[in-house]
Amino acid sequence: MDWGAIFGNAAVELISPTTAAYALAALGLAVHFGYTGLLNFGQAGFMALGAYGYAISILTFGFPVWGAFLVGVGASVIFALILGIPTLRLRADYLAIVTIAAAEIVRLLFTTNTFASVTGSANGLSGYKNEFAALNPLAEGSYGFGPFENNAYDTWLRIVAWSIVILAALFVWQIMRSPWGRVIKGIREDEDAVRALGKNVYAYKMQSLIFGGVLGTIAGMIFALPRAVVPSNYQTTLTFFIYAILLLGGAATVLGPIIGSMIFWVLLSFFSGFIARAVEAGWLPFMTSIQGGQLRFILVGVAIMLIVIFRPQGIFGNKKELAFVR
Amino acid sequence: MSDNAVSAAPLEPPVPTQKPIKTTGLHIGEAEPGCRKVDPILIADGVRRTFGGLTAVDVDHVEVPRGAITALIGPNGAGKTTLFNLLTGFDKPDAGKWTFDGRSLAGVPAYRVARMGQIRTFQLTKALGLLTVMDNMLLGAKGQTGENMFRALMPFLWRNQEEENRAKALDLLTRFKLDTKKDDYAASLSGGQRKLLEMARALMSDPTLVMLDEPMAGVNPALTQSLLDHILNLKSEGMTVLFVEHDMHMVRHIADWVIVMAEGHVVAEGDPHEVMRNPAVIDAYLGQHHDEDLGEDQSAEAENVSAIKELLDDER
Repeated sequence: MDWGAIFGNAAVELISPTTAAYALAALGLAVHFGYTGLLNFGQAGFMALGAYGYAISILTFGFPVWGAFLVGVGASVIFALILGIPTLRLRADYLAIVTIAAAEIVRLLFTTNTFASVTGSANGLSGYKNEFAALNPLAEGSYGFGPFENNAYDTWLRIVAWSIVILAALFVWQIMRSPWGRVIKGIREDEDAVRALGKNVYAYKMQSLIFGGVLGTIAGMIFALPRAVVPSNYQTTLTFFIYAILLLGGAATVLGPIIGSMIFWVLLSFFSGFIARAVEAGWLPFMTSIQGGQLRFILVGVAIMLIVIFRPQGIFGNKKELAFVR
Repeated sequence: MSDNAVSAAPLEPPVPTQKPIKTTGLHIGEAEPGCRKVDPILIADGVRRTFGGLTAVDVDHVEVPRGAITALIGPNGAGKTTLFNLLTGFDKPDAGKWTFDGRSLAGVPAYRVARMGQIRTFQLTKALGLLTVMDNMLLGAKGQTGENMFRALMPFLWRNQEEENRAKALDLLTRFKLDTKKDDYAASLSGGQRKLLEMARALMSDPTLVMLDEPMAGVNPALTQSLLDHILNLKSEGMTVLFVEHDMHMVRHIADWVIVMAEGHVVAEGDPHEVMRNPAVIDAYLGQHHDEDLGEDQSAEAENVSAIKELLDDER
């Protein structure tokens, strides 16, 4: 049993760009669900718009990196408006239904053969990394140490991804302790009361939906940079993984989504390495290696259940709040 | 009848600790439904709201006098809360127009009505549970710079204003005896304290008209007294109060003017002592066929009978 490799591979996930992407998407959900009380079940749709917006802008239209970035953000603002205008005046559960359906519509539009020349259909898109790599100020070579040693491109990607996560976290932290954040949290508690105090609740909910959605979109771009853009990556399960991360860390917290994402990915990688090797070593004679690949999700599910049962407010949640959960 | 009334009377009706100074001479001409006021702050004309086949509110004309405490009373289902919701923009009427301070409110959303200075509270108290008492108060302040998403990111733009609001909130909390609770979650307050918090929060915006929907519902007698005092204070500070209430003692003690609704209509108006004697009011509470035995709904009737007895008893 190569414990070194198992722990090494798990440690890699601690600062991988994928972890950063999930952390950022979960931060967006924290704005929606944790702070505003908006039940957005379509975060995968926002991420898909970011990934495709970026990739299509570069591959089809030859935009520079910043242009592609703005296209993705613009697409998600429009998406949030389309979702929000009809549903934000209604009760919270309507938004949940609409977002889950809209995210699937987005994914299926990217999958359909009709637009294959632009979207690449089910095969997705690749070959859009050169523009980002060209911005890399680092010289060729390898950086870091131990499991965190990477080549110049991967190091550059990690620096950018985690800088964005840190900036976004500071942004959310600052805005949630301002009067704006107070109105947002008030809306979560009772929107009629906030309306009776002279606040335009609809506008605030829309701002929150757009803000959290844009965070999800940027997460989608980070998620796409180390791999290809494939529509099957943006299924509803992605949204639920992000919800799991959010609840793990604490819904109305800033650090929760980030640490939650790290724990989620380290655990997932640890279990997948451990089970694969345990099957190889014959410790689990009743199991094939394919079954072993599925087992890791079961174990992660059990781990998350334990956390939610024994620490329902999440890792960073305020225990005091729990006494008053309705 | 008088013997019965005495035995049916409750122990000791809560009275405000200060003697209320009644405002008189509010109306022009006869005190009849829809009568004109010397200085109306709120005027409603032909406001009608139906839910399916049920007409919940159908008010031809009603005026609320400025600088006075007006009570809106009526039996259950009379349309008092619906009228409240219509006047504050929380519900849209099928027809009608109404003005506040000379400005039309028809089609104006609730948050803008509030910004004009017409603040309401709710029958079921809406304290924002997982916000601290102080945050609840600060939310009530009007025109906050930091409530704009982009300016929120620059604390130096709103820090001074925030400090001013905080001082004002602390002042109000002290008046309402909630200052020791300021850092607790509002969810940890008792029902009566939440009513106080809601009223204090409404005052953060310096309203001109305060609309209280059943401020006494579910409040213990000790707190009722302090709530009554607070309502009287609103008037002495120059605010107009319109409130819905079932407790007739309270109405009698603090209201300067009473508007009685039944089945969606305004059936009587007047000075609290006069209006209780109005046959239309007795009809409204007892039903127009109260001398016939319908043999059903005895409990509701008994409740209304005791309400009327209370009134007549008080009058002596």
